[in-house]
Order: sequence, then C-alpha cells, then structure tokens
Amino acid sequence: MTNNPATGVLDRDGLSALIEVLAAQGRTVIGPTVRDGAIVLAEIGSADDLPFGWGSEVEAGRYRLVPRADGAVFAHTAGPQSWKTFLHPQREKLWSAERTPDGALSVTEDDPEQTSYAFLGVRPCDLRAITIQDRVLAGGRYPDRGYRERRTGAFLIAAECTEPGATCFCVSMGGGPAVDGSGFDLALTEVLDQGGHRFLVRVGSEAGRDALDGVPHAPADAETEYAARAAVDAARDRMGRAMPPVDLRTLMGESLEADRWDDVAARCLTCGNCTMVCPTCFCTTTEEVTDLTGDHAERWLRWDSCFDVAFSHLHGGPVRASARSRYRQWLTHKLSTWYEQFGSSGCVGCGRCVTWCPVGIDITEEAAALHDERAGRLRHEKQKETQR
Amino acid sequence: MSVPTLAVFKLASCDGCQLTLLDCEDELLTLAGEVRIAHFLEASSAVTPGPYDLALVEGSVTTPADAERVREIRAQSRHLVTIGACATAGGIQALRNFADVEEFTRAVYARPDYIDVLATSTPVSDHVDVDFELRGCPIDRKQLLEVITAYLAGRKPDIPDHSVCFACKRRGTVCVTVAHGTPCLGPVTHAGCGAICPAYGRGCYGCFGPSGSPNLRALIPLLHRDGMDDRAVERLLRTFNAPAFDKEVRS
Repeated sequence: MTNNPATGVLDRDGLSALIEVLAAQGRTVIGPTVRDGAIVLAEIGSADDLPFGWGSEVEAGRYRLVPRADGAVFAHTAGPQSWKTFLHPQREKLWSAERTPDGALSVTEDDPEQTSYAFLGVRPCDLRAITIQDRVLAGGRYPDRGYRERRTGAFLIAAECTEPGATCFCVSMGGGPAVDGSGFDLALTEVLDQGGHRFLVRVGSEAGRDALDGVPHAPADAETEYAARAAVDAARDRMGRAMPPVDLRTLMGESLEADRWDDVAARCLTCGNCTMVCPTCFCTTTEEVTDLTGDHAERWLRWDSCFDVAFSHLHGGPVRASARSRYRQWLTHKLSTWYEQFGSSGCVGCGRCVTWCPVGIDITEEAAALHDERAGRLRHEKQKETQR
Repeated sequence: MSVPTLAVFKLASCDGCQLTLLDCEDELLTLAGEVRIAHFLEASSAVTPGPYDLALVEGSVTTPADAERVREIRAQSRHLVTIGACATAGGIQALRNFADVEEFTRAVYARPDYIDVLATSTPVSDHVDVDFELRGCPIDRKQLLEVITAYLAGRKPDIPDHSVCFACKRRGTVCVTVAHGTPCLGPVTHAGCGAICPAYGRGCYGCFGPSGSPNLRALIPLLHRDGMDDRAVERLLRTFNAPAFDKEVRS
C-alpha cells in the first residue's frame, strides 16, 4: 500500500458513478455478482448488481454463499471463474476457409473488434495471475493477438483483500492481500467502520486518474487510510492455508518418482476442474470445424486440460495415460517447470483449485506430503551413508 | 465419386436417437444433398438394398434375432457407427443383466414360452466391430452432425471423451456439488450433452456413460456425503449405462 499515494475515498454512490463512467466510455464492465449460489464474474449494469451483503465460506471441495450483516461488497473469496474467462475465453475462432466453385481455397483470419473491458474487483492474487498469463499468451515471439488486444484495452480496478478464505495461500506464494506496484488503473480498499461504508482509492495510471476525476469522491483522509491499511495487514495473517516454506521448484524436480503421486491419483477424478478454475492455466486445443458440404471450414481455439487423456495423445496413444502421470504433470508444471518456461511459478495461491476440486484435493497438502516424503528419503539415505 | 449412402437401423431402443437425425432440421436438406438416404424407416418406407457406406445403428442386442441381424447389418455396412446409450452400453434394458430374465417372463407373459430373448442386453460392439460409438441418451444433435460431417470429410470426429465438468466450467455453470452439495456424476461422465443438467441446478445422472478416464471409486464417497445411501448410489449408476458404470465400480 505504500507505492501509490492514496488519492480519494468513494462511497457506494461513487462506486456506482465509477461503473457508469466506465460504461459511458464504451466499456463492458465485469465484476462480481451473485448467481446460482456463488459469487461469479459477469457483466455489471450498475452497483446494484454487486454482491453487497454477500460473502463466501470455503473449504477444500466446498463453497457456500453466505449473507453478511456488514453489507460488504468485496468480502468474498475466489469463485469458480477468474478473469481469464474474459481475457482468454474458452472458445475463440481463429480463421475460416471457403472453397470456391473452381476448387480454390480462401482463408480469412478472424480479426473481430475486441471487447473493451473494465474489470471491477480484481484481487491481488488475480492481478498476479493476469501478469503471468500476459507472459504466457502475449509475451514471446508468437503472441496471441486476441488476448493481447483484449488485455491492452482492459481497465483494471483492483480490490485489496480484507477477507481471505480458508483455501487462500497467496502470502506463501510470495504475494499478499495488498496491491503493490503497478498493473492496475485504480485500486480499491473496502473500509467498513463507524465512519461508514467506503472505499479508499489509489490511482495506478493516467486512465485511472481520468476515470476517478469523473466521479464524485472525497479526498483521502488519514482515518480511512489507517483503517484500510489495518484491514489489509490483518488479512495477511489470516490466510487459511500455506505452501510448505521450501523451494518448491527443487522439491518437484526431485519428487518425480514419489509414492505420493499414487496416493493422490487414487483420489483424483481427473475431471479437469482444477485447471479450468486456475487463473493461470492456459492450455488450449484446436478444433477443426467443417460443414456437411466440405466447402466451409473453421479453426477454433478451445480450453483444454492436461487432465484430458487426449491432451497428450501422440502417434500411438496418450503419453500420460495414468491419473498419476497427469496429476504429476499439472503440479510439477505449475510449481516447477513453469519457471523454466516462463520465469516464475504458475501458482498465485488463490485457492480456486482447492475449493473447486469436487473431492477437495489440496495443492498445499500435496506439496507438504511430497516434501515430507522427500525429507524421509533424504534422512534414510543419510543414515545409510553414516552406517557405511 | 458417387454420393455415399446412409442407412439407419434400430435394435432394442426407443427411437429417440434416430429421431435426433430428423431433428437436424436446418441441416436436413443439405445432408440429403450430400448422402443418399437408402434405409431410414422412421423417415421413409422406401428402402434401397445394401451395401451402405455409412450405417447408424441404434439400440442394443436383446434377442437371438437381434444378434443375427446386427451381423447382417455389419456385413452390409462399410462404416458402422452406433448411436446412443442402448447401442453403446446396453441401455436401460440392460438392467436385466443384473436380474433373472426368465423370472420376468414368467411373471409378465401368459405364455412365456413365446418369448425368445437373451439373458442380457448388450452393446453392438459386443457382437460386431464398430467404427465409432456416439454416446448419450439421447445423443446430441450437434455431435451426430459432427460424426456424419467428419465421415464425409474423411477425418476423425471431434468428440472429446473428457468429463462433463469440462463443459460446466466452459459454460460458466457453478459446480452443483461444490456449491450446493448436490450429488452429481459429472466428474465421471462422458461430455457431449453440453452439461445441461447442472446448468439447471441438478446433478448429472450419467446418461452419456463413463468418461474416458473415470475414477468412480473416488466419487462414491462424495455421493454418500451428499446424502445418498448405497441403494441410492446403485440406483443413480444403474440407469441408461448401467453395465458400463458397473464395470467401473468393479475396476
């Protein structure tokens, strides 16, 4: 909370006005809203669509929407979606081809005008996840053009975390409930005390300043700043879970033959939910569509998952046919080989994979078990060494 | 190349899957231009004798006559695709596989000796080679079109065998098990329906049969947790794809 000076305080009407300003810029405003017993991300028409007075109680494999007497709007943890639903949609057309009557083919690259988004309520963990997906999808020699355009055009309103859930572990992944540095246009911190329900606002970009200038707001006051800082600091100590404090990269690399993979494979449904809810999982497959006449063809990108047997299908069959090999692929990639590929961990500690796994497989528990197994193995080897 | 011939056959079934072909209203005229419909009794009584290029077979094998007939169909068909839970898994009528059929016939029919049935209802692939199995009760219209289109284009159909969860997450459905504690077979069920049931707040009941890599034994404790006793779990698994799920329970 130190890098950007606090620049204002919004009340609920101010938040409402901010949504109107962004919508008036032609943006599609996406934010949290209550649907089907969860807080999901969807298009927001006004502040009335936001989950005022709703929170969530989560555990491994369990999510419950719960009413909150305090009327808070950002006091919930990660729902079943992340912002990748919008930046990296589950299905996207790449090109289409037509066969003309003389037999020639004409290929047309799909280049639609991308939606200009405003994301309201991006958590610090998800802000990091977006940065990670930027590196994966928009970095390197072959950027995903659609992603890059949607991302460049997106206006990000971060919401600092004041209410971590039981499956949250961002602090142990090097993050935290505070929004630090850059990567946002505006950052909000929700404050609920005798001074009223309000949001401390910090500006992170020129576009953010322009938007804030367009809405009624009070100057930042010391009391609100203090309360905001206290709420975020308290959240840091209330993470429900933690990754074991070890070098996960080395741990994964040295655990490829661990027995624990058999244990987790016996519980894993290989249903793919963890990868679908993960804000950094990016894998896709291409779908070739033809019509009955064969004169029209399309290529689409669609979300895929390393838990799909067909995902590793090469000539002769799948490389990772067993559940053991697929879970191991997911975890070792996320926590270890991601560094080699993209220069960071692939996990931000948002806890979605823990909450939304139907059988409640807990990535932190699996990492801890792998660590214990490795420690036991090393102890055993050392004992053998000394006995010699 | 002459226009390929299409034949539709039925064994023990309700006709719902072949009806799916007639349900392709927008594409029917185009389809009729790309194939010659040579045998499709639900659409026309005009029948052309085989052999056929593409045969769609609905229904399971429940009588000695069916078993003989499906061999004849195979012999007349260059590419044989079975459609629906009956043809691919035995269907609801495969519940007989867990019971005594003779006892049923004695109880139901005045002259049980007139009844000539097999003790089991089995998928077509138990009797003849099948080129592709399209799952579902009933099958999905778009998937049927994909199978036919892929055949016409000479490519493999794009019919993923991953779980229904993939479809729920793609369409943004909130997980009914995690968020509501509703028993759901989605994590072990073959995708293809578009995850219709969870989108309306109810659990998947597995009408597409097991996915390509189901771990049913890991799911059963969840069904128990969410209020199902052993009998209820058995009933949930024993519907349209009972033998297929039964095999998974035992694996």
